[in-house]
Amino acid sequence: MLKLEAVNAGYGRAQVLRDVSFEAQAGEITCLLGRNGAGKTTTMKAIMGVLPLMSGAVRLGKTVLSDLPAHVVPRHGVGYVPQGRRLFGDLTVGQNLEVGRFSQCESESTLEEILQLFPRLRERYAQRANTLSGGEQQMLAMGRALSLRPSVVLLDEPTEGLQPSMIAAIRDVTETLRDQGVAVVLVEQRVEAILALADRAALLENGRMRGVVSGEALRDDPTILARHLGV
Amino acid sequence: MDFGPYLMLATLEGAVTAAVLALTASGLALVFGVMRVVNVAHGEFFMLGAVLAWWVTSWFEGAAAFGFAFAILTVPLIVGALAALADVTVLKRLSYDPERTIVATIGILYILQQVTLMTYGPDARPVTPPFNTRLALPWVEMTETGLSLYWPWGLSITSYKLAVIAAATVILLALWIVMTRSKLGLMMRATEQDREMALAFGIPVERVYALVFGLGAGLAALAAVLIVPIQQAHYLMGGDPLLLSFIVVIIGGLGSLPGTVLAALLIGLSDGIISVFFSPTLAKILATLLVALVLVFRPQGLFGARRA
Repeated sequence: MLKLEAVNAGYGRAQVLRDVSFEAQAGEITCLLGRNGAGKTTTMKAIMGVLPLMSGAVRLGKTVLSDLPAHVVPRHGVGYVPQGRRLFGDLTVGQNLEVGRFSQCESESTLEEILQLFPRLRERYAQRANTLSGGEQQMLAMGRALSLRPSVVLLDEPTEGLQPSMIAAIRDVTETLRDQGVAVVLVEQRVEAILALADRAALLENGRMRGVVSGEALRDDPTILARHLGV
Repeated sequence: MDFGPYLMLATLEGAVTAAVLALTASGLALVFGVMRVVNVAHGEFFMLGAVLAWWVTSWFEGAAAFGFAFAILTVPLIVGALAALADVTVLKRLSYDPERTIVATIGILYILQQVTLMTYGPDARPVTPPFNTRLALPWVEMTETGLSLYWPWGLSITSYKLAVIAAATVILLALWIVMTRSKLGLMMRATEQDREMALAFGIPVERVYALVFGLGAGLAALAAVLIVPIQQAHYLMGGDPLLLSFIVVIIGGLGSLPGTVLAALLIGLSDGIISVFFSPTLAKILATLLVALVLVFRPQGLFGARRA
């Protein structure tokens, strides 16, 4: 489905990713594991095309995403939930969702689905995004990404700083997406979430791949997580 | 003339300045807000609007109204297209770096100014207003029988000046509606708030930038076409609108459109009133002093929100 092939990328002259390769399959949750600064967020930006590659390729099915201008990537069904949410704070909830729908055509049905998935967003529809609580903002960030009917969703620390009930809600949505056949790429720091959700895990260290392990292997051998998260 | 009618005259003259200034400064505010580019060449796009308006109307000798209508429709588009071209060929290549774009727009300023001097020449040239009826204005006075209207000598305004105020109001309203109600406006505002996220959600940021830079210059050109029948076109006329626009944009809050319009009203009206009662120099001194005070005590502007 989504495939990174020997991706090299970085900021200016500072190279962060070195020959990163992994695959994310439809209907699976692929966790990207690594310590702070390992290149997890950089990998996500490289997939989205907002960070140009130095070399290598990002493929989605037969399409080479890395050959496309960044603003065309979401049109191929890649939804991004960035770290820290990064909503359009001065825009309303409705306008944030509308921006999400720019990249797909069948708008109204999707909007209704999103509002059913996150009923709180319906209540807050005309409110400005930066007036929402942390949990509501995270729902909006996910709703915005789901608005484009993605076949791949990139979730960068979606439960960071949230209360337990919100964490459970976000986890439910993540599992629903997997069950609907979406390829989910998840960056997560919380061990119990990784163990519960990961179908496979790609291990990153200082911008290099240190292998891919299955979810079962993670659950059987807790030392893998300890080594790669520094916990 | 008594104080009352005199004040009304000064206010009306100030309102014309304010209307044109609001248009010009909105262009500067839009470009800064969305692109974070300080466009030092903004005044030259204004100047270009006036000079092109003279050039276009000169084709239509004898049909001043038609020529002017043609100019007001085409000149902002020409100037806007030229600015969009400057964006794609110069600013984009600098990756919209805030400091380097200042230097680059200073370069654009001199290129536009000197090319105009070489082609159009150093003369100030008038443009005939499409209509210019002098309208006498009434004032009220207390008489023994109560309040009554009279027409003080010298209290008048031309129909064209009123039309400038009306046109600027309509254009600003249209701009407001585009920014708040249209898909294009939503794209611009999303880009303004987070360029990278806008890109990640399918907004063609580079095209939005070219459009915004063109729109900003087009607004300055439109303001110039409106004012040129009152002011004359000259290759050095871009300096004042640039300075006043900066004053307005700083007082109004960088990038805030309603703040810009309110500040333009404040500066334009006070400029008109102080110039009439005291001197134009005092008006400029007070405006610049206000900028200094705003920068010290309220750097986000009188109406702007503090940005992180």
